[in-house]
Amino acid sequence: MEVMLLQLFNGISLSSILLLIALGLAITFGLMNVINMAHGEMIMIGAYAAFVTQNLFLAALPEAVFDWYFVLAIPVSFLVSFLFGLILETSLIRFLYGRPLDSLLATWGVGLALQQAARSIFGAPNVAVTSPGWLNGGWTVMEGVVLPYKRLFIIALVAFVLLLMYGYIYRTPAGRRMRAVMQNRDMAACLGISTRRVDAVTFAIGSGIAGVAGCALTLIGPIGPSIGTYYIVDAFMVVVLGGVGKLIGSVLGALGIGMANTLFEFWTTASLGKVLVFLAVILFLQWKPRGIIAVRTRSLDT
Amino acid sequence: MGKRRKIWLSAMMLLLAGALALTGCGGGGGNTGSGGSSGSGGSSGANAGGSAGGESSGEGAASGDEGDEIKVGILHSLSGTMAISEVSVKDAELLAIEEINAKGGVLGKKLVPIVEDGASDWPTFAEKARKLLSEDKVAAVFGGWTSASRKAMLPVFEELNGLLWYPVQYEGLEASPNIFYTGATTNQQIVPSVTWLLENRGKKFFLLGSDYVFPRTANKIIKAQLAAEGGEVVGEEYTPLGHTDFSTIISKIRQADPDVVYNTLNGDSNVAFFKQLKDAGITAQDLTTLSVSIAEEEIRGIGADVLAGHLAAWNYFQTTDTPENRAFVEAYKAKYGRDRVTADPIEAGYIAVYLWAAAVEKAGTTDVDAVREAAKGIGFDAPEGKVTIDGDNQHIYKTVRIGEVQPDGMFKELWATDGPVKPDPYLTGYEWAAGLAEE
Repeated sequence: MEVMLLQLFNGISLSSILLLIALGLAITFGLMNVINMAHGEMIMIGAYAAFVTQNLFLAALPEAVFDWYFVLAIPVSFLVSFLFGLILETSLIRFLYGRPLDSLLATWGVGLALQQAARSIFGAPNVAVTSPGWLNGGWTVMEGVVLPYKRLFIIALVAFVLLLMYGYIYRTPAGRRMRAVMQNRDMAACLGISTRRVDAVTFAIGSGIAGVAGCALTLIGPIGPSIGTYYIVDAFMVVVLGGVGKLIGSVLGALGIGMANTLFEFWTTASLGKVLVFLAVILFLQWKPRGIIAVRTRSLDT
Repeated sequence: MGKRRKIWLSAMMLLLAGALALTGCGGGGGNTGSGGSSGSGGSSGANAGGSAGGESSGEGAASGDEGDEIKVGILHSLSGTMAISEVSVKDAELLAIEEINAKGGVLGKKLVPIVEDGASDWPTFAEKARKLLSEDKVAAVFGGWTSASRKAMLPVFEELNGLLWYPVQYEGLEASPNIFYTGATTNQQIVPSVTWLLENRGKKFFLLGSDYVFPRTANKIIKAQLAAEGGEVVGEEYTPLGHTDFSTIISKIRQADPDVVYNTLNGDSNVAFFKQLKDAGITAQDLTTLSVSIAEEEIRGIGADVLAGHLAAWNYFQTTDTPENRAFVEAYKAKYGRDRVTADPIEAGYIAVYLWAAAVEKAGTTDVDAVREAAKGIGFDAPEGKVTIDGDNQHIYKTVRIGEVQPDGMFKELWATDGPVKPDPYLTGYEWAAGLAEE
């Protein structure tokens, strides 16, 4: 009983982590159709931004406020990755719209270059980020069922980011322009929207959210130059399964994969569980090639 | 507009090519026999560019001994996932070479290291090994970390009759005449640590490892040993390399309720496992874990606060109390920075260079067959204590230690064998191990 409850929580927790790493990609790949292989490296940049913030706090501020570095690390990670995304878009991606294979190769190369750059700057070994004291420990629901605060925090963070994104995309003029450009670029341009600027900002936001994911992942995973490679496949799987073009699709995709992964892994082993999840995803995509939520727009039809 | 676009594109392609070259994905091309790559400039020319087949007889195939220099190869992953561990071993080997050169070199000649990047990719290891042996004509190669990289290089060294010094603890069941193993084999790390755990921490074992050759072979041995010595396996789990979510595994551990988790996870997975174990409210007081792949270097990346109290089995700790170790730690920190730490594989790489140099001095030549013969029984006062090469299997006698992680990231030694343990890669000295080697 306790184990089933715990596994249910683990499934939700894994889903939230998957969703967090996939949200940025849901924008860059889902909305913009850029096969962004450097997405994992944006996560890495966010993680290192958190590491640097921690070190600055340790060096410059009294110990009493150290625990609050993490609150600051999240926006810092977002901003740093946002800037990297902006530079990447204006210097490279914008020449490759509509050419998926070229952008795949180019972003992959950028990813490798970023990895090696991180290795040169921070060294090859992992670095440690001390999680703030208020996130240590867990909430004891009953004997044997402890829900770690870090995982609860990540779930809350995902909900918060989702809410912000939803508000931005569906409730602000900038978001409306963004949707207009993604759905029908020519028409939007005719109406006086600067599509180039919208592209740049959209890509940068996607990258920034990847940075937030990287910051959150420092709580539970390793921080090293190659961490991006561990998450990139899962991120693509979530977006493809969820359906390109709608945020709610990614949410459902993450939930499906997270729950299935936890269940399969519990019943079998970690390796076999992963295989079964892949199999299930492939079978599902045979049945529904457009994913769980399919959007019909003119730009996607062509 | 069209022209600008073209320029941009070509600039971008250049960038991409640069990125590929940077990470070593371009491959070495060492087996093409062209002989034109950098680093082979000093070749005598007698065999330069010759195809591999013509050199397999062994005579002088890998002499590396010309003029007043002796070339040695260093082949570790300097990029990719394994760079986290292997870069430091490379540093230690370069330190040993520098120290030997400062004392006048070997046979009065300076050692010249040729460093190659295996890029965490096993075919690349084989390719670079071939390049070092047949193009650079190095006298010996120090390198490798994962068993997969060693297995990939082994046929190359046997074919070209080269010498590989492999510095990492491994799963045993191997003894190639072309490899010297300066890390522990199973009876110098795993077997004694299991016995110690059975006597001190409990009978119920949970085996957790990454899904590849070392953990699977190690666990096969542990299971045979537990069956013979009265232990019990209550769970066995393998995760893909790079696995980062251990919540389900931790649920399974909770359910199985073991006394000991025997951890053979490798690389980054350890970080995720220990962070999430701590978050789940399981501390070292509740559950003993013993790891065989976590040394001082890895502790820094995981965080000492997360690991404090957990155990590891090694042959060497930075805190090992010998005069040689104090000098070694001091020299290493002086050269690479105060914040660097030493660890077991780093030390094993360091002593490999010294053992090879001693064997060459004794043989009076760098010829592979002569060095191999001379190496038998050679001893060295290593940082970990006295080590001696066992002539029968080319492993070395090593002291076994179990340590507990302290809050400062160093180990406190809990237990050690009385003296160096004779290497026994095929576990012939253990009745329960009969039949393991054949599988």
